[in-house]
Amino acid sequence: MTRRGRGVPLVAVPFAVVAVAFFVLPLVGLVQRAPWSDAWHDLTTPAARDALRLSLVCSLWSTALSIVFGVPLAYVLARTRFPGRALVRALVVLPLVAPPVVGGVALLYAFSVHNGLVGGWLHDVFGLQLTFSTTGAVLAETFVAMPFLVVTVESGLRSMDVRYEDAAASLGARPWTVFRRVTLPLVAPSLVAGATLAWARALGEFGATLTFAGNIQGRTQTMPLAVYLFLDTEPGTAIMLSLVLLAVSVVVLAALRDRWFGGIRES
Amino acid sequence: MSLDAHVVARVGGFVLDVRLAAADGETVAVLGPNGSGKTTLLRALAGLVPLDSGRVVVGDVVVDDTATGVHLPPERRSVGVVFQDYLLFPHLSVLENVAFGLRSRGVHRREARRRAQAWLERVGLADRGGERPARLSGGQQQRVALARALVTEPSLLLLDEPLAALDVATRAELRRDVRTHLASFSGTRLLVTHELLDAVALADRLVVLEAGRVAQAGSVAEVCGEPRSRYVAELVGVSLFQGTGAGHHVDLDGGGVVVTAEPVSGDVYVAIAPQAVSLHRQPPEGSPRNVWHGRVRGTDLLGDRVRVHVDGPVPLVAEVTAAAAAELALQETAEVWASVKATEIATYPR
Repeated sequence: MTRRGRGVPLVAVPFAVVAVAFFVLPLVGLVQRAPWSDAWHDLTTPAARDALRLSLVCSLWSTALSIVFGVPLAYVLARTRFPGRALVRALVVLPLVAPPVVGGVALLYAFSVHNGLVGGWLHDVFGLQLTFSTTGAVLAETFVAMPFLVVTVESGLRSMDVRYEDAAASLGARPWTVFRRVTLPLVAPSLVAGATLAWARALGEFGATLTFAGNIQGRTQTMPLAVYLFLDTEPGTAIMLSLVLLAVSVVVLAALRDRWFGGIRES
Repeated sequence: MSLDAHVVARVGGFVLDVRLAAADGETVAVLGPNGSGKTTLLRALAGLVPLDSGRVVVGDVVVDDTATGVHLPPERRSVGVVFQDYLLFPHLSVLENVAFGLRSRGVHRREARRRAQAWLERVGLADRGGERPARLSGGQQQRVALARALVTEPSLLLLDEPLAALDVATRAELRRDVRTHLASFSGTRLLVTHELLDAVALADRLVVLEAGRVAQAGSVAEVCGEPRSRYVAELVGVSLFQGTGAGHHVDLDGGGVVVTAEPVSGDVYVAIAPQAVSLHRQPPEGSPRNVWHGRVRGTDLLGDRVRVHVDGPVPLVAEVTAAAAAELALQETAEVWASVKATEIATYPR
């Protein structure tokens, strides 16, 4: 063990040890209760399979929507100045810190067919009902996931050398060509990181989905909702689904390790 | 005229106001200290900085005219740019970098690659097309940047400090290299630099920019022979004064009198080359007509020569041999007499 800087006061050590134990114990608890012999069975019950499938579908859709709408938004936030830009950014970032259940309630009063701001109109004009539907689950996940993508891509765009775009324009590239052939490839690492974070967040989304889309097997019951529901009745399934989510988190962490922890190590 | 420009642009509190014209096949160097507005001028000509007023004509196309509201975006100008640190796209191969301009203008991929390859051959990098730019040396990157800018055959080529990013050793070689490649391009060449040597080596004509204005313009010989600003004088290495001539002497604006061989009248510049200045530790006897007392402010070593800065009523730069400097013990604050023969004094009207 090497020490950096002027050393750590000894009193910090026991606190740090307790903190580490606090993070490790739950993991140990989860893993030691896992019904490894029945693992396959627990993960292939109809409800578990529905939850796995739905989680995958919803989180991928939500990631796609986050990219389609989030990248242009990040671009506008990074490259233009307009009155109220700070406010727009604050609103976009809000779901990062706001309780998801509040997001769910807010979504309800925007998109519910009966008492939502635009829900009735969407239903009458397009025949869309978002509440208690898979589309609603996707929407709830997108609501909490897209901010991760916007924030990450915006910071990538800001740290990029914009003179590459000047060079491309001077070579005759129109704005869309500049974006497609220069800007996007240069911020690709940020985009991949942002999309991965957004996907992980969407996969774990619970509060907003439950509130806005409900807990209907095969339609809105994603893995986190299934875990919550089965904890009393089928703890094996709940634990196995939890472990799947945990494994995904570990993979995401490993994939982004250079980006996040590389930065900390250098600073 | 292939370039005819009047550029007025405000960037922050800085105002650039420059008139510039250049013919086909001509290389003009815009020379100026950092912050003089060189790069802003170049960006304005490329369309990357909007004009506050003025008019720019490239070839026979009006690309900017604030009076009629014309402003062509960069991608619609026939202007190639070689940026200071080249800005080769790091995610594209060398060949794709060179082909970029053609692809952006709608040339088919295969044809664009064929023409890009031909350009890589011209700059001697035919076998490096598949590599990423980062794998090339600075000089090779510069040649790629040049090829990338020229492959679309622009009317005007802009080069921002074309040699600044290179180390001193490769510079001399590349100066020749760049000159050759520039000569093969038939349009107008405009380069900005703060290095007199680069400007002299590459350009037919100099435009000296100071604080956003043209301080002096003319052929290399004119500008270097008769500097009209302290900046150019320092680059060329002469001591420059302003004064008023009457008969065989000039009263300097800063005080002091200079005796000349030829009669002078009116407002003039006085230029004294450092080689013309002799230094003495005792008041000199004999013929020189100009003798000033002063103290050594500092010395620079230039090979086997020493540049001595002398403070006094007439501040001067003298150049003596290293041996003479040692013999005279010219350390800082040493008391010296500087003498210059009247025939060595250059004067020209303001």
